[in-house]
Amino acid sequence: MNVSLSMLLLIAACAAVTILPRVLPFLIIRNLKLPMLALRWLSYIPICILTALVVSNVLGENGPLSFDWQVIAIMIPTILFALWTKSLLFTVIIGVVLMAALRFFIG
Amino acid sequence: MADVHASIGAEENDEMTFRQGVRDCIPTLLGYISIGIAAGVVGVAAGLSALEVVLLAVLVYAGSAQFIFAALVLDGSPAAAIILTTFIVNLRHFLMSATMAPHFTQYSVWKNIGFGVLLTDETFGVASGKVQQKRGLTSSWMNGLNVTAYICWIISCAVGALFGNWISDPEAFGLDFALTSMFIALLVLQLDAIESVKIKHYIRLILCIVILMVGFSFFVSSHMAVLLATILGATIGVVTEK
Repeated sequence: MNVSLSMLLLIAACAAVTILPRVLPFLIIRNLKLPMLALRWLSYIPICILTALVVSNVLGENGPLSFDWQVIAIMIPTILFALWTKSLLFTVIIGVVLMAALRFFIG
Repeated sequence: MADVHASIGAEENDEMTFRQGVRDCIPTLLGYISIGIAAGVVGVAAGLSALEVVLLAVLVYAGSAQFIFAALVLDGSPAAAIILTTFIVNLRHFLMSATMAPHFTQYSVWKNIGFGVLLTDETFGVASGKVQQKRGLTSSWMNGLNVTAYICWIISCAVGALFGNWISDPEAFGLDFALTSMFIALLVLQLDAIESVKIKHYIRLILCIVILMVGFSFFVSSHMAVLLATILGATIGVVTEK
């Protein structure tokens, strides 16, 4: 259980470059009245970024046009379940259970 | 933070308390726990000490960045490459912070720094869902959400680092899908809160993002693709709205 100085400095540097983009917008926008257009643009960010994150989980790791078919197969019932229950907690649980079941039966 | 429970005056929404923030964090915890444990296991496997893994969790507090950090350390990559990669992987948080910031301008600089430091994909997803439902965000609620997620993440990483050898493959239990199903649910909840006249516009936009993501995956890493597709997607959204 020890931390070398070089590792400590590396972790500190990584912390700095992670914290900067997280904190800067809060500090800048605090002293700034954003124009309507900017606010409208920002209102699209949640849906765009969540979609992009879902797609990045579907795209396989073997280069372009490779897909994780297990994820795609379980995604569909998970989307339907989310639409039906509108519950974050139940959707997460059902997604995990379905994925575990799929791997149990095909693996 | 002594003022976590402090009331913020007129803007304070009765129901958006610290305790409610903690409660709203609960659905995301399965994701934090499974990925945190995995990050701890991977960190130790890459040759980091348990203390270094915990330091990463405390100071960097970002799942994908911690995985990549461990992989690059194992590869013996130069420090500059590790720092630059961490920066790029987490750059999407800039967009999330910019989206959240206008809702918190009435709070002090220090509180805003706190919101920023503890922003993650999951807390952003939950908070932006509240915004979509037209619920005013309060400092106490945000702190309840953020602090719960942060503590859970640190503990999970520590458990992974200390007990990783005894934990069997989490993928076998489908736990790696917790994050994906959470993003799916957050997306569905976002769409659910949109007025029905605008829904077609948003569905078209989602299809655009899917195409952009597949297209960008030919040229850049998935992290850059997320960033570029989001920036372009939001622009398309504004330009094509009526």
